[in-house]
Amino acid sequence: MSETITEEYSVTGGDFSRAGYASSQIKKILKRMDVDKAIIKRTVVAAYEGEVNIVAHAWSGKIEFQMDEEQIRIILDDEGPGIEDIEKAMQEGYSTATSAIREMGFGAGMGLPNMKKNADHMHIESEPGKGTKVEIRMERMVRE
Amino acid sequence: MKVKEIIRILDARLLCGEDQLDYTVEMAFASDLMSDVLTQNNDHVLLITGLANMQTIRTAEMSDINCIVFARNKKATPEMVELAEESDIVLIECRYSLFKTCGLLYQAGVKPIF
Ligand SMILES: Nc1ncnc2c1ncn2[C@@H]1O[C@H](COP(=O)(O)OP(=O)(O)O)[C@@H](O)[C@H]1O
Ligand SMILES: [Mg+2]
Repeated sequence: MSETITEEYSVTGGDFSRAGYASSQIKKILKRMDVDKAIIKRTVVAAYEGEVNIVAHAWSGKIEFQMDEEQIRIILDDEGPGIEDIEKAMQEGYSTATSAIREMGFGAGMGLPNMKKNADHMHIESEPGKGTKVEIRMERMVRE
Repeated sequence: MKVKEIIRILDARLLCGEDQLDYTVEMAFASDLMSDVLTQNNDHVLLITGLANMQTIRTAEMSDINCIVFARNKKATPEMVELAEESDIVLIECRYSLFKTCGLLYQAGVKPIF
């Protein structure tokens, strides 16, 4: 029963009508695999804010999903402007979002902090002018 | 409160979810900011919003929200209805302001999440 599932989804910058497709597919897999409901919600909320960030702030990207018995790993890897100061970007309220992004219901600088809150582990790497890579990990053991 | 009562109280229009008229919500949350909605972690919450786009439906999907009221006469597109149907999300359109919509539901006993 030691099954490893891997999937990869591509994300297009600026394409708000499709933003959330990858996170929706991930949610379907997690439901099918009978993952704990609270863990599913934390995972897909974090994945979705990350997916929206690629659409909102980057040019293109991919989302890798990996899951085994113990962990769920989501890697959001984009080509884009990158993040100059990650610590600052992590602060609630910090945002460089345009009005177009705010019209979509995002751009309040709450995405990255909420991803961190929901993920068991989160790691960001970024090279300004090149892109950003965010890794989210979830433990499948149910939290007490 | 049941979906059918929400529709009656708000004199609203059901867009999809005809089979879920008896679905019950206890609490509601109102916001036009989807990042805000994504921070709440209650179950069976009703979302009241003036933001009608694909991200509203996606946000509900990720947040396990099964019922959305679009206030101030915001219209859902056929694409949004289709996506909502896929996720069994009830969509309701209402012509009242966000404030009036919230006020009427609060008065009728729907609870805030905090
Ligand atoms: N993938 C990304 N590529 C480039 N910049 C990003 C990315 N993700 C986040 N950022 C930067 O970090 C800021 C804060 O992100 P976030 O907390 O999600 O808030 P918001 O997206 O609402 O602005 C963004 O405004 C943007 O400047
Ligand atoms: Mg964001």
